[in-house]
Amino acid sequence: MPNYSWPPMSTRKAIGQRLSRHDGLEKSTGKAKYNSDLNKPGMLQSALLTSPYAHARVRSIDTSAAEKAPGVTAVRVIATPGTELQWQSQEIAIVAASTEQAARDAVRLIKVDYEVLPHVVKEEDISKVGNRAKPAGEQLTGDPDKAFKEADVVNEGHYGIPVLTHCCLEPHGQVVQWNGDQVNYWPSTQNVSGIGGDLAKNIELPATAIKVHQDHIGGGFGSKFGSDRWGVEGARLSKASGGRPVKTFLDRATELNIAGNRPSAYARIKMGAKKDGTIIAWESTSWATGGMGGGALPPIPYVITNIPNRRLNHSAVATNGGPLRAWRAPNHPQASFLTCAAVEDLAAKLGMDPIEVFVKNIEYAPEARRESYVHQFKKAAELAEWSKRWHRRGDSGSGPVKRGLGVGICSWGGAGHASTCNARINPDGSVDIELGSQDLGTGTRTIIAQVAAETLGLPVNAIKVKLGDNSLPPSNGSGGSTTVGGVSSSTRIATVNALDQLFEKVAASLSTTADKLEAVGGKIQVKGDPAKSLTWAAACRKLGTQSIAAQGQNNPRNPLGLNTQGVAGVQIADVSVDVETGVVKMNRMVAVQDCGLVVNPKLAEGQVTGACIMSICGALMEERVMDGQTGRVLNPDMEFYKLAGAADIGEIIVHMDIREELDKRGVIGLGEPPTVGGVAAIANAVANAIGVRVPIIPLTPDRVLRALEERRSA
Amino acid sequence: MSKHHDELDEKAPPKGGFSRRGFFRGVGVTSGALGSAILGEQEADAAQAAGAKIGPGAVPVSLNINGKVHNINVEPRVTLLDACRNHLDITGAKRVCDRGTCGACTMIANGKVIYSCTVLAVDAQGKQIQTIEGIAAAARPHPLSTAFVNNDGQQCGYCTPGFVMAAKGLLDKNPSPTYDQVKAGLGGNLCRCGTYVGVRKAVLEAAKAMKGAKNA
Repeated sequence: MPNYSWPPMSTRKAIGQRLSRHDGLEKSTGKAKYNSDLNKPGMLQSALLTSPYAHARVRSIDTSAAEKAPGVTAVRVIATPGTELQWQSQEIAIVAASTEQAARDAVRLIKVDYEVLPHVVKEEDISKVGNRAKPAGEQLTGDPDKAFKEADVVNEGHYGIPVLTHCCLEPHGQVVQWNGDQVNYWPSTQNVSGIGGDLAKNIELPATAIKVHQDHIGGGFGSKFGSDRWGVEGARLSKASGGRPVKTFLDRATELNIAGNRPSAYARIKMGAKKDGTIIAWESTSWATGGMGGGALPPIPYVITNIPNRRLNHSAVATNGGPLRAWRAPNHPQASFLTCAAVEDLAAKLGMDPIEVFVKNIEYAPEARRESYVHQFKKAAELAEWSKRWHRRGDSGSGPVKRGLGVGICSWGGAGHASTCNARINPDGSVDIELGSQDLGTGTRTIIAQVAAETLGLPVNAIKVKLGDNSLPPSNGSGGSTTVGGVSSSTRIATVNALDQLFEKVAASLSTTADKLEAVGGKIQVKGDPAKSLTWAAACRKLGTQSIAAQGQNNPRNPLGLNTQGVAGVQIADVSVDVETGVVKMNRMVAVQDCGLVVNPKLAEGQVTGACIMSICGALMEERVMDGQTGRVLNPDMEFYKLAGAADIGEIIVHMDIREELDKRGVIGLGEPPTVGGVAAIANAVANAIGVRVPIIPLTPDRVLRALEERRSA
Repeated sequence: MSKHHDELDEKAPPKGGFSRRGFFRGVGVTSGALGSAILGEQEADAAQAAGAKIGPGAVPVSLNINGKVHNINVEPRVTLLDACRNHLDITGAKRVCDRGTCGACTMIANGKVIYSCTVLAVDAQGKQIQTIEGIAAAARPHPLSTAFVNNDGQQCGYCTPGFVMAAKGLLDKNPSPTYDQVKAGLGGNLCRCGTYVGVRKAVLEAAKAMKGAKNA
């Protein structure tokens, strides 16, 4: 078998380069076409009718007036009479028409008679959810009751983190054309190779009948894998409209209500420790919702999982809200916040530095990552000036603005997914790399080109990368931070295989055998004898009229050492809190992150920086607010579903933990892990600054002031 | 903050001097989205001022975009953004919040930065409208577009055209902004991927490059 291993760090030419993203200029000049930008000839627009109620049954529905409305080509009922609607904005009917205005007007003509049913939409107070809480059964390890008796210090706290939405800037949707036995499908998707099969299943066509194409996606964050109701109905509208293409992209309110959310997590946590900071007991009662399916138990205690004595009780709370979807590191930010907040509170009670407490208990973390965490705590502390700026909780001076530091941690898997790459070397010297993958803005195109350039000894701009079409060799959807490992490995294997074929073709002309050749610096040369060489162009000319092509596959069960899983990361937040207004200001975020072999440090740093900013949004602003009375989402818009702006984020320092011993592990995914620890770090920094825990995220001024008030009145 | 900066900081300041950004400064909260639904574009429309009634059906609308006049028939309720995206295939500006919060639809009209989702196409007639497609000279990309690439001021890229236009509006009025002025000048645009660090650097780099070009 050829040697597919990554070249050693010291000899790499293209891998490890801080290159700008390949599709950057296309995006920053507005030329990049997202599928929501498409205007196909004869294209119809559409509009959805969705439920105004959080819980209701459709008694009857009358679409006759809508069908006769000007410009309307087709109306489809989604929620037929008798359908129980379980959340606000659940799809009821959809209309295709010549313009958006005509489609919306027609939707208003649809008459629905609803039987309104009782709803539950709020879960923060579990005593008020009645039978909507489904206990998952107790998890017991060791003897927590005994351990709590033996503990020198016991701390109890309650914590909560609300439901968030993905708020992808490009909403969910598609243009779709069902003409005869073929469907052309232009969705906004994280799953180019797989989404056609999903649509096919739902419209009873063979998967091969669905042609999927997408050049760019305007954000997914875990919410864009399936064809969705609107994809299926869009296709049917097209068929019913004589095969004209139909465009459906959700409006912002519908997007925020039904296109996915990150489940909440609330918990009462009790921890017991010895005086020296050794944690000996954990007890938690937690609950979560992400819609009618409830919400799963986050992986707590997080990272320091193997606390010897622990009792966990969790309930999934079914609420009448849109259903959850994977959201960048499912359940990890919640677990990190719950655990790190409880550890910080325990440390404060012990009078200890929280980093010291984490390090003291690092043996409870998976063995393979312990050294990484200890190293990263040290590095992050150094970058955040922890020894200078950290103080005991609340010991932050007499002025109204209090400064504090807090820490949060992350872990993630990120092994490469199944991916197939086709590498083609052409007689004119050009190189085509083809994968049915997608670039979510993570830089997938660029890193694929870097890997191919590395193998072939070419400049990166000599590589043409083609993604975004399901006629290309399949790659899995981009979820779980699996893409970079998958596509870099399949590209490495495919390019090594293609190069071997080229070596076979040119060996004779260099009076040697293929196994003695190497590709370096734009040449094919005899190893150790650069005088015997052909330029890349001359070598390719020897192919005559025919290109050579080779495939490479990443098999997740046997990734040949090219990719692996398991990363660690540490984040430290530095905040100032005005105790008179309750406003939290970010001074600085420090992130130290490992992801094995880093193909492009510039893009990797961008991922981590972005994740830090997302954490700032999540810690200080974002929250889906439900109205208990009406069952409706109160903030399905971008004024009140708040995201941080350019002036809200302070300084962000990212340190990629690039070390030979980590690099040797191979490529590991990065999209998710750095989103995990930030909320915990910020929440802990606020507690450190003001001397009291603000238990519920986001840390809005009202919550900060309430926590201060409760301490005063206690 | 200087008076000069106050002016360039506004996106289409409504009459009466009450604007979203001014409102933020007033309440001292973050520059995140808040309360713009109560504000919006209130520039008097010439046709309305004259008492002329148009619509509700499609009416002829003439738009001068990037120096080219486009004649289309759209209903009076169609926004400038939707007219561009759905009727003219000018799709660099994006529809994201559709209510004047996020800035993804940012254009420049008569030299003023606007949210094109809060301007009706009929009201945009007679104005010189510039979109991301029209800012580059000849075949060379605008220095801002290049600087966004160099500084990785983008990921998914959906907010990027809006940021570039907001930054252009800033630099047109203030060619040498300070770091804080850049932060404030971009306060009307939101990014979900979290690219602000690169964006802030990109605007400073472009400012330098553009000045250099002028001095050359």
